[in-house]
Amino acid sequence: MADETFPEADLRVAESPTRMERLAAVRPRLLSFARLHLRDNALAEDAVQEAMMAAIEKDASFAGRSGYETWVFGILKYKILDVMRYQKRQGRLQPLEDESDDDAIDRQFQENGRWQEHARPASWGEPDRVFESERFWQVFDACMIALPDNTARVFSLRELMGLSTEEICRELEIRENNCWVILHRARLRLRACLEQGWLKEVTP
Amino acid sequence: MMMMCQGATRLMSLKQDRRLTFQERLSLRLHLSMCGACRQCDRQFTLLHRAGERFEADLGDGTDDHESSATGPDRRE
Repeated sequence: MADETFPEADLRVAESPTRMERLAAVRPRLLSFARLHLRDNALAEDAVQEAMMAAIEKDASFAGRSGYETWVFGILKYKILDVMRYQKRQGRLQPLEDESDDDAIDRQFQENGRWQEHARPASWGEPDRVFESERFWQVFDACMIALPDNTARVFSLRELMGLSTEEICRELEIRENNCWVILHRARLRLRACLEQGWLKEVTP
Repeated sequence: MMMMCQGATRLMSLKQDRRLTFQERLSLRLHLSMCGACRQCDRQFTLLHRAGERFEADLGDGTDDHESSATGPDRRE
């Protein structure tokens, strides 16, 4: 990892206290993002710590083209990928083929491939309204955490980090076809979970 | 043979990740035209896709220039 001391960076930060404050303010959100990916508190704390240190160290290279928080967030993404690569080298990621149970699909469809009555998707309303709802995000987090590890990992690489399925295949060394199957399952699980946990509460 | 809802959700998911083939688009459109539940599901998958984008945008400070940050060309539509 990077050097542990950044005397120059410390000086710069002292000159720009607001950025330091912004960094501190964004920390909880960085942490919850890292948790969603790494699914381990200690690892998430470490990744965020490293990203924040790197942000301080590279403060001068922040070009101001994007928001500062977004820039820090970009650094965190690389750190998370580093951790995942490291885990993979250590053989600590389970092979992705394990979760071939089709529970998510079985529960929502009848044998003939039609929706089960209880699982028929309902309207969630206008996306912009949905995104404004704090409750939606709480349930979203909870549903992400409820996903099986590997399913969550692939989903978050795709939808939260915005990697293409091709890139995900390269990262995780899986076939693209497998990736699509996992994403399909993840989306079905998430939609069912969100509908249960969120919609039922807003429209009693 | 007519595609059933389960198969339709597979295509709805796939279309968030890659461009569907002509054949796939056609059979999905046909199914959606006849199935209200699947139309909702299609909206939900799209919303989930946008939620990820949103999650990231929320970290920004309002300058909407958060694209092209880290991950290369094939980000989102």
